[in-house]
Amino acid sequence: MINAQRFTFSRVAIYATLILAAAVYLVPLVVMLLTSFKTPEDIRTGNLLSWPQVIDGIGWIKAWDTVGGYFWNSVKITVPAVLISTFIGAMNGYVLSMWRFRGSQLFFGLLLFGCFLPFQTVLLPASFTIGKLGLANTTTGLVLVHVVYGLAFTTLFFRNYYVSIPDALVKAARLDGAGFFTIFGRILLPMSVPIVMVCLIWQFTQIWNDFLFGVVFASGDAQPITVALNNLVNTSTGAKEYNVDMAAAMIAGLPTLLVYIFAGKYFLRGLTSGAVKG
Amino acid sequence: MATLELRNVNKTYGKGLPDTLKNIELKIDDGEFLILVGPSGCGKSTLMNCIAGLETISGGAILVDDADISGMSPKDRDIAMVFQSYALYPTMSVRDNIAFGLKIRKMSAAAIDEEVARVSKLLQIEHLLSRKPGQLSGGQQQRVAMGRALARRPKIYLFDEPLSNLDAKLRVEMRTEMKLMHQRLKTTTVYVTHDQIEAMTLGDKVAVMKDGIIQQFGTPKQIYNDPANLFVASFIGSPPMNFIPLRLQRRDGRLLALLDSGQARCELPLGMQDAGLEDRDVIVGIRAEQIVLAPAEANGLPVIRAEVQVVEPTGPDTLVFVTLNGIKVCCRMAPDDAPAVGQSLNLQFDPAKVLLFDANTGERLGAMSSPQAQGRADNVAQFKGR
Amino acid sequence: MSSVAVFSKASPFDALQRWLPKLVLAPSMLIVLVGFYGYIFWTFLLSFTNSSFMPSYQWVGLQQYARLMANDRWWVASKNLAVFGGMFIVISLVIGVFLAILLDQRIRKEGFIRTIYLYPMALSMIVTGTAWKWLLNPGLGLDKMLRDWGWEGFRFDWLLDQDRVVYCLVIAAVWQASGFVMAMFLAGLRGVDQSIIRAAQVDGASLPTIYLRIVLPSLRPVFFSAFMILAHIAIKSFDLVSAMTAGGPGYSSDLPAMFMYSFTFSRGQMGIGSASAIMMLGAILAILVPYLYSELRNKRHD
Repeated sequence: MINAQRFTFSRVAIYATLILAAAVYLVPLVVMLLTSFKTPEDIRTGNLLSWPQVIDGIGWIKAWDTVGGYFWNSVKITVPAVLISTFIGAMNGYVLSMWRFRGSQLFFGLLLFGCFLPFQTVLLPASFTIGKLGLANTTTGLVLVHVVYGLAFTTLFFRNYYVSIPDALVKAARLDGAGFFTIFGRILLPMSVPIVMVCLIWQFTQIWNDFLFGVVFASGDAQPITVALNNLVNTSTGAKEYNVDMAAAMIAGLPTLLVYIFAGKYFLRGLTSGAVKG
Repeated sequence: MATLELRNVNKTYGKGLPDTLKNIELKIDDGEFLILVGPSGCGKSTLMNCIAGLETISGGAILVDDADISGMSPKDRDIAMVFQSYALYPTMSVRDNIAFGLKIRKMSAAAIDEEVARVSKLLQIEHLLSRKPGQLSGGQQQRVAMGRALARRPKIYLFDEPLSNLDAKLRVEMRTEMKLMHQRLKTTTVYVTHDQIEAMTLGDKVAVMKDGIIQQFGTPKQIYNDPANLFVASFIGSPPMNFIPLRLQRRDGRLLALLDSGQARCELPLGMQDAGLEDRDVIVGIRAEQIVLAPAEANGLPVIRAEVQVVEPTGPDTLVFVTLNGIKVCCRMAPDDAPAVGQSLNLQFDPAKVLLFDANTGERLGAMSSPQAQGRADNVAQFKGR
Repeated sequence: MSSVAVFSKASPFDALQRWLPKLVLAPSMLIVLVGFYGYIFWTFLLSFTNSSFMPSYQWVGLQQYARLMANDRWWVASKNLAVFGGMFIVISLVIGVFLAILLDQRIRKEGFIRTIYLYPMALSMIVTGTAWKWLLNPGLGLDKMLRDWGWEGFRFDWLLDQDRVVYCLVIAAVWQASGFVMAMFLAGLRGVDQSIIRAAQVDGASLPTIYLRIVLPSLRPVFFSAFMILAHIAIKSFDLVSAMTAGGPGYSSDLPAMFMYSFTFSRGQMGIGSASAIMMLGAILAILVPYLYSELRNKRHD
């Protein structure tokens, strides 16, 4: 932070630029909201930022009718996948930081690469496997895929967090007679609230926002909301109802947006720690 | 309480790597306070972890009350440890920190309460019991860490540089308190430190370590007065011992060390007479307090006149630096006797207190110079004979 | 005085304890070996076969790669990736750094403004694509709005323009990711040693000089990290294209990720799809390996 308080003109210019930029970032969200409450007629006659002539909820109702079921699919996929991958990541991170053994560092290196893995290189074999397991086009199959390919990040989060905790803590607990799981459950886990939050939020946004796995491994009734939204927006049959499109997009975006608003601190930490250290 | 014995303990982290611990031999009696002291990286903390069972040893045996514990897991060794970082469980209250080990060992709730009460009274932390470690000062955390160890009533206590995270004043206070505690409880204790003052003040026995090898094992007094080699002599004592490299001469059957202060020379006859020391590069070691002002009338001891170059008052005494044989030499004097810079002084040495070291190996040369030395010789013989 | 029973050494419980860390890690190790490296190798194998709708293991050597190289659509996709990736990374970095520096000037309500810049990152690329597809809609989007506001001659139909559609992707992607770059740099700026800046001020350096010559060069690691992440997003970009243009018009806005998906899963040409996936992996490695190399080397120097 450099003290520039004295130059009043440049202060004004800085604030003006920042506010203008904020407005630009907000425009798409505002347009989505405005459009979603307009009638198709209103959309044709008005413009992006014109106020709706009447606030009309029909777009939202129609959107929910179309994508509501898939919204619940996304919930059914996201909740278990987030919990399972976070739990496994925590255990992995615990072992990789506090109970290293010959080869565990190598494993961590191999796992780290998973953070950068372009999923295109595993899509085909993964789809064969999902098919063999009879999980094609099921939400269970997607849970499995998300757990497997989320492990790299969840492990990284916990491992980096636990590495910063002095291992004397584990030594003390071992001398006190505590075993592997007792040390984890009674000592480390209660200290892990911040990183658990980071990991949950990171996994939630990743999995909720996923499109690639959804479109490859699930179609029809099992597809997540991102796939449903994409199908809705890109159908070329019938008249385009932009109010429905925008309402559906809002429905798809709201859960992660709310998480961001209420837990932005952890969201940012996840982005930077996960990404920077990756 | 218990005895602790290390027999030929070795530790290595893999083939090709240097040994972390080499042939460690130690034995302390029930209730004794053993200090492991040495520079960082000397293996003292590794040795402590091996005793605790947090690391496995590569060879040898660790015996507690003559029973080999080297294969046991830490929880079965009945050993408690106080860590440098205190390692208090941050999410638990002080009470739960102290009680944790007892709960794990399935002690009854009433017994746990009693034990927590006993320990917290002993350490005067009763008013802190419901606080979390994060709300405590460094000194208070230190007490809680000790309380956690005391509550277990283990056979042996291990302390890993427990005072090094405290500020200077508190460190001295806690040092005294630990000594008091040990005098009252008479617990068998192993204490790791890099601070030679802690080593001298706290220990019944001191083991000076370097490069994974015990350089000397003895009482603080033996270590101070009769260091086994140059390393021990230089590591223990503050200000450090003065070392003057020179060649010895023999005249009239007496060994002489020639000193030169630039303005005067002196032939210092040595207390030891061993053959073979003459015409050989040695290092003469003498402690700062053993260089004294010569009295006004001659007392038969040689005198050397030297110019004062630096004067450092420390309060209780004043350190005066002169140059002998091109080496800066420190003398400790009472503040009232201290000269000014540029003045010249007449200095005297007690030849019986002067030590000799081999210039190449650093090993101590010559017969032991003082009665205590005999004790050390016995000790070494006993040590080697085992 | 001891109150604890001493067990004989190496009880079964101890043995289990000793194995527990390995047991706990074992499933993940299996997953990583099979699901990551095994599958990559499998895809690698498939790229040397004549697999079409179903996997086949008839070896055809480099034939699929030759077909890929001869495929015009692949080249369009690769060229688009270069344009899209290059512009996306550069513009995001410039905007992100600029906003971070402005926000670093003891701004009131900084947290609130930061929140606004960063929120697009929480959204799915599908949502972003949907929103921008509507905003850039020729006829009803910005096109019409600016004309309504009095700019009569304004035309914006890049979404339908084969040569310019890729810029639409850039706009949407920059909107989504530049706030994130800003957050990374802001964190980096907060970590810069303030005494260095004061020293420069005492030496009489102006604000822009201080930032350009002293502060930004010290943020090199942040630049590298941001570059890595943005490049990674660009190479994997699939959802944005899918929602915004579906690769159109024609295949003029295709990206390799889109190419791979449509050849592998829609057009039943697994062989060539696998070959394109391996090419993508190569692109990631080409960026990742030098990055990791320099990271590790720096660490050794610390």
